[in-house]
Amino acid sequence: MANVALCSDPLSFSVYDTPSDGGGSVTISWQAPVESKSIPIGSFVIFRKMNEEVSWSYLASVKAENGLLEDRTAVDGVNYTYKIVSYASDGASEWVCPYQVASKAQWFDSDRLPVLVGVLVCLLALAGVALLHKKGKPFDIRPIRGLEAVDEAVGRATEMGKPVLFTPGWGGDIQRPTTIAALNILGHVASKTASYRCDLIFPTHDPVIMAAAEEVIHEAYIEAGEADRYKAENVFYTTSSQLGYAAAVDGVITRYKPAAIFLLGTFEGEALILAETGNSIGAMQVAGTDSTIQLSFFMVACDYTLIGEELFAASGYLTGDAKILSSVRAQDFMKILIVVVLLAGAILVTFGMVDFAGWIGKS
Amino acid sequence: MLSKKIPIAVCFLFGLFGLVQYFSPHPAAVSAYSTVLDWVQIIFAFTLLVGVVSLLQIQLKHVSRKEKYWGYSIVTIVGILVMAVFGFAGGTERGTAFMWVFDNMQVPMQSTVFAMLAFFVATAAYRGFRLRNVEAGILLAAAIIIMLGRIPIGEMISARIPETAEWILNVPSMSAKRAVLIGIGLGSITTALRVILGIERSYLGRN
Repeated sequence: MANVALCSDPLSFSVYDTPSDGGGSVTISWQAPVESKSIPIGSFVIFRKMNEEVSWSYLASVKAENGLLEDRTAVDGVNYTYKIVSYASDGASEWVCPYQVASKAQWFDSDRLPVLVGVLVCLLALAGVALLHKKGKPFDIRPIRGLEAVDEAVGRATEMGKPVLFTPGWGGDIQRPTTIAALNILGHVASKTASYRCDLIFPTHDPVIMAAAEEVIHEAYIEAGEADRYKAENVFYTTSSQLGYAAAVDGVITRYKPAAIFLLGTFEGEALILAETGNSIGAMQVAGTDSTIQLSFFMVACDYTLIGEELFAASGYLTGDAKILSSVRAQDFMKILIVVVLLAGAILVTFGMVDFAGWIGKS
Repeated sequence: MLSKKIPIAVCFLFGLFGLVQYFSPHPAAVSAYSTVLDWVQIIFAFTLLVGVVSLLQIQLKHVSRKEKYWGYSIVTIVGILVMAVFGFAGGTERGTAFMWVFDNMQVPMQSTVFAMLAFFVATAAYRGFRLRNVEAGILLAAAIIIMLGRIPIGEMISARIPETAEWILNVPSMSAKRAVLIGIGLGSITTALRVILGIERSYLGRN
């Protein structure tokens, strides 16, 4: 039986500029007829030619069961025509796309539209809560034990005549929101250590974080009127190696025996090494991280653990800044929204509206 | 005032750029983002130099003042200088003195620190699983089921044990984990937006 008869036309043969890309790509898609699966078609071979060319150039050979090819060698703005040829034992048959296509770079990635919607919703929630606050509607934040313990920890260190140690973990860099959140708490801790005249040690693995921390601590000491008590040598870079950093901080903990340890930031495998060492010297430990795996270690080894968004709420909680507190309240609104979306998604899936539910899920 | 306003303005511009470029696959946006990442690397290289110099200064101060534990400072200084000399003089490829020291000293020391984790996990687990109250009891029971579910003897006792272990991990544990992750995600987004909009300034020093 001739293959041509069965595969008279690949279904939905289409050629188009690849959507949501940076250009230089044309997508060729087709769907082989069901019958072809039982017929020994060797492969589909794709050819293309530019608008002025007469002869076809070989592009790629694709297995019969696949129905999609991205031509990533296309040049933006050049018109191409494509044809598909299927080869079988008794001959070849070909289909030429009747129209020309040129690739073009897009400015907007439509695949990320749900993310944009999410960001806009966050901004709206922030603006809405800020507006409510301006209208004078007060709101409270639930007590966060880990943050209330900051003063207690610094006070304890002062009474014992021992230093306070603060380290932001090995996993983060200055671009990470967790590091920014940790530096916000550092500012508050530094204010307390300055007021209580207690030493604050800050070892880190990242020289950029070191520079930022120096600034935060120094400013806190100046504000507390204790600029002369600021010790630049207590804020230091250790090493960028994970276990080298863990060993260095462990060394500081075992030698100087700080009475209070703050492990706040992005922690990875070194989390438990540091937390257990701190525990072994009897230090009061306050920890918080964005890693759910390390959180469980902190919970068993530390006295207080900031879970989930508590670390990010610290700045507003500790300073009482109305604008920051508004954003914390906005987070609560977004949480409610997420719960509503989750319920809506579950209901939509139950009633078979999978596509819409999938779009919501992406958001 | 300018010392605060300029960093906030720079932060706003680059934060906004980072946000906008995320939604654009256009080569111009990708190339601009790549350039910004190169700048970040350059800044990091300079601050690394500052970090190493600061570390050396601190350790030298410890030695010169013969502060407590000053012997450790000598080890640090010698380590930094020897590795710097080996690296600059002979390179960092395989077979060089730098790599020999790295393979025979740094790697075993790192392995030693990592090995300590096993003992720390044991002590942390002991503390975490102590039967103090109802919640700790539930945690202990869940831990026993999961541990048994992960070893052959668990299935030998009952085929239900591995199934229950999987259920604990995939249902209650996963839902709690996702709840925490949603909180972390929202916290990260709002912190980032606060920084971009200039609401959050603590990282620049106290207001």
